[in-house]
This record gives sequence, C-alpha cells and structure tokens, in this order.
Amino acid sequence: MRAVVTVTGKDNKGIIAKVSAFLSEKGANIEDISQTILGEYFAMIMIVDISGVNEELAALAKECAELGRSIGMSIYLQHEDIFNAMHSV
Amino acid sequence: MFTKFDVLETIQMVEKEHLDIRTITMGLSLLSCIRDSARETANKVYDLVCKKAEKIVKTAEDLSGEYGIPIVNKRVSVTPVSLLCAAFPKEAPLIAKALDDAADTLGIDFLGGYSALVQKATAEYEKEFILTIPEVLASTKRLCASVNVGSTKTGVNMQAVAMMGEAFKQAAYLTRDADGIGAAKLVAFCNAVEDNPFMAGAFHGVGEADVVVNVGVSGPGVVKKALEKIPEADLTEAAEMIKRTAFKITRAGQLVAKEAARRLNAQFGIVDLSLAPTPAMGDSVAQILEELGVSTVGGHGTTAALALLNDAVKKGGVMASSRVGGLSGAFIPVSEDIGMIEAAAKGEINLDKLEAMTCVCSVGLDMIAIPGDTPATTIAAMIADEAAIGMVNNKTTAVRIIPAPGKTVGDEVSFGGLLGRAPILPVHGTDSSKLILRGGNIPAPIHSFKN
Repeated sequence: MRAVVTVTGKDNKGIIAKVSAFLSEKGANIEDISQTILGEYFAMIMIVDISGVNEELAALAKECAELGRSIGMSIYLQHEDIFNAMHSV
Repeated sequence: MFTKFDVLETIQMVEKEHLDIRTITMGLSLLSCIRDSARETANKVYDLVCKKAEKIVKTAEDLSGEYGIPIVNKRVSVTPVSLLCAAFPKEAPLIAKALDDAADTLGIDFLGGYSALVQKATAEYEKEFILTIPEVLASTKRLCASVNVGSTKTGVNMQAVAMMGEAFKQAAYLTRDADGIGAAKLVAFCNAVEDNPFMAGAFHGVGEADVVVNVGVSGPGVVKKALEKIPEADLTEAAEMIKRTAFKITRAGQLVAKEAARRLNAQFGIVDLSLAPTPAMGDSVAQILEELGVSTVGGHGTTAALALLNDAVKKGGVMASSRVGGLSGAFIPVSEDIGMIEAAAKGEINLDKLEAMTCVCSVGLDMIAIPGDTPATTIAAMIADEAAIGMVNNKTTAVRIIPAPGKTVGDEVSFGGLLGRAPILPVHGTDSSKLILRGGNIPAPIHSFKN
C-alpha cells in the first residue's frame, strides 16, 4: 500500500531529514521524492510504501500532521488512491 | 499516474477551498421491523438502526483520515415511517422517539425518514401520520420529516398540500423558543427521490436494498476558485471549467462511497452530485453565480447563470461516477449560503426570484425564513407553486420554509451550525385560501402519459 506525503510551508533547514527520519522509524519506505522551492515557499512530495508500518493509515496521517505542527510545516499523508481517483480518467 | 501539481491541487482544494464530502448517508430498510404494536416495532427499529449503522461514524472518520478529505456529516435514512405504522398511525411518535434515540446513540447528526408518500391521495393512516409531524419535530432533535405531495405521473395532491401548510406553521410554532427550527427539519416534495443522501429530505425508498451507502459531494468553493482563474473566459469555456472541476470532486466522492460501502457491508448506492453550500466564507453557490458575472445573486441573469452551473455540474459528475442519483444539482438554501444571506439582507433576492431559480436547479425553496404571521394557506400556496414546477418539468422540487414565530421583515433567524441564519423575506400579502381550500388534485400533465 502506498501513500503520498506532502510537506509545504516556509523553507527551513533539515525538513527532509526530520520527515524522512520519522517515516523510517515508523517502517515506511520512501520510493520517490520531489521537491520544489518557490521563493521562500517549500513543497516536497514523497511517495512512500507503508506496507511495513505497524499502525492504521489514519493514525499515521494524524501523527504526520502533528509532526508538521511541531516543525512549523504543513504535512499531509494520504492514501494514493485519492489522487489516482481525482486526477486520472 | 498523478503529478506533483495534482497532489498540490488536491491539498489546496481541501485547505483553502472547502473541498469536502458533505455526507455519508446509510439507507436502511425498516420493513422487517413491523410488529403487532407500536411499542414492539419501535424497539425493533432502535435495535436494527443501532446494529446496522454501528460503524458509520468510525468508518467515516477513518476514511477521512486516510484520504485527507473531511467528511462533514454522517447520517442515516430509513423507510418512510408512515409505512411502518399503517396499523397504528397515532402511535407513530413512539417510532420517532426510537429513531431519535438511535441517532443519539450512534452519534450521527441527522436521521431522515419520518416521511409519507401521498403524491396521489392521502390514505386515512397517512392523514393521521402527517398530523403527528409537528409535535414529533418539536420533541426530537435529530429526526427529519418529509412528505411527497405530488409527482409528474400523479399530479399534485392538494389535500396534502393544505395539510403541509399547516404542518410548517405548527412545527415552527411548537419550536418558537428556537426561531421555529422544527420547520427547518421538514420538507414538502414533488417527485421525491428514494436515494437522496441530503437532509432534511432523505428517506430510504422501498425499491432499495436492505442496507445502502449514498454519498453527497460538495465543493462550491473549489468551483469558484477554478472560475477565478479564467476571469475573461466566455460562458462556453466557463461551463467546461465547471465540468472539469465537478469531475474531480465527484471522483473523490465515488472513491469514498465505494470504500465506505465495502467497509460497512452495504450496497454502494449512488453519488449525489450536488453543490451544497455552507454558511462559511468561500463555500457559497451564490458566489459562483456572482463570479460568472451577476453582480449580486438575485439580480437579472441569476437564473441563466444557475442553469449553466447546474447543467455543467451534472455533466462533469456523471462521467466521474458509476452510479449517480439523489438530487444532483446546485442547492440554493438561503440561510446556509453566505452569498444568499448577504443578498437577502440587502433586499436583492426575493421569493419570486428564488422560485424562478428552482425551475433550473435541484430542490426548491430551501431554508427561507418568512414572517411568523404568514397564513398556513399562503404557505400551502407556495408549496403548490413549487410542486407545479416540479410536476410540469419532470424534476424534484421541494419546500423547506420557516414561518418564524413572532418575527417579521427586518428580523433575522439564527439556527447555528450548518443550518445558518437568514433574514426574514417578505411574502405577498394576497389571499390564496380559496385555491387551497378547494382540495382535489391538480391533474398530471399531458406529457406524463408516455406508455
């Protein structure tokens, strides 16, 4: 099962490190990362395999949002199906 | 495969444009609950609703967490209750209490189906049942009632129309301490649909499966933002943009509906492609019409803009979902839409224009507060007008109107939450009682004879 992690907010040091450390600790495997910086604005999107994660997706998503708040970013973790549904025919 | 722009677009829709799944509604057949007495039936009803819908709130919360899209309301609709109590219609309030208690136990926000279908004639038990509605709405919190008073095939049952005029007055009067909120939980329909997930008019038709999940999507804010990006586009291009946006919104609804049905062991019913506003800023259908170019909703051109919007939403949505149903269109409830509230406060929108708008969109005169001293026959005449529009145009129309006790033009009612607030709109002071008191039926239109 794959999920999409989206991190947005003001650019800062160590964002990728903190997020990937958290995900690896949970047992998620990062398959793809893409990152954009527009002025001060930072956006990173990761595709992660969460088959090895030992908790429910909704709970993991909640923890990601909390991590985001603690580092001053907005973090979403969502099942990839929502994007496949909305953006492909 | 989606791109990173697609991901960011979805998140933008949720964070800034109020994209949400408006409701997951579980439809339940209660026909198997009928017993010899009202008391036994009520007990059975409570047990069945609590058992079948036990996981609805948890499932909705899980799905919301997994997909990152808010699911605002969790609801249940049931078989029209009048059918359960044909043998003891006066005791129907016992069933009402059981349903309200079940809704409370489940933690859902509304339960619909205290309903009667009397489009052709009012059977004796239906008459008794309809008379119980005002008191039931005053004594329950989450239960919603509806009555189908006409259809394209049968014409309009004017006896039922007259009874509903009284029911709205009574329901508002009995809840006079809360601005007449009882009337906000009551709908008079023409061409009622059996799979509508939206309240207050949801009920579970007898032609449906035992347990069904219907989903209503929303997202007027998303449509408005999409139109803001093309301010100089002509209306053909604007319609295309609305279609594309409606497609995306509906796909989200379809995904949630299928998954919810699977997890709840229910049949996947339909996705209702409706743009349902809330009183929140930027979540307004009226503001889409204003974005299209009507400076204030209610002005000339409003009906044309609404016709375009309503059609484009359907066309975009139909391709996105395997099963479409319910009301499917744009809703124009006055108290639940910030653009409507503002236009009403400025006196720019009135009942006549709202009635015209209902000719080209789903539902009808919705969440409109009128002076508390409006006669029941005048309210019945409004219902008759709406029913006639639905009957002749082969579409669903409805009336949910609140004759606010002790209030008049210049005052406001406030219900809070999704039901919002509304300035009192003036009604014509002319007398329509003779038309209503004649009774009988308005015959079905000639074009309904298609066999």
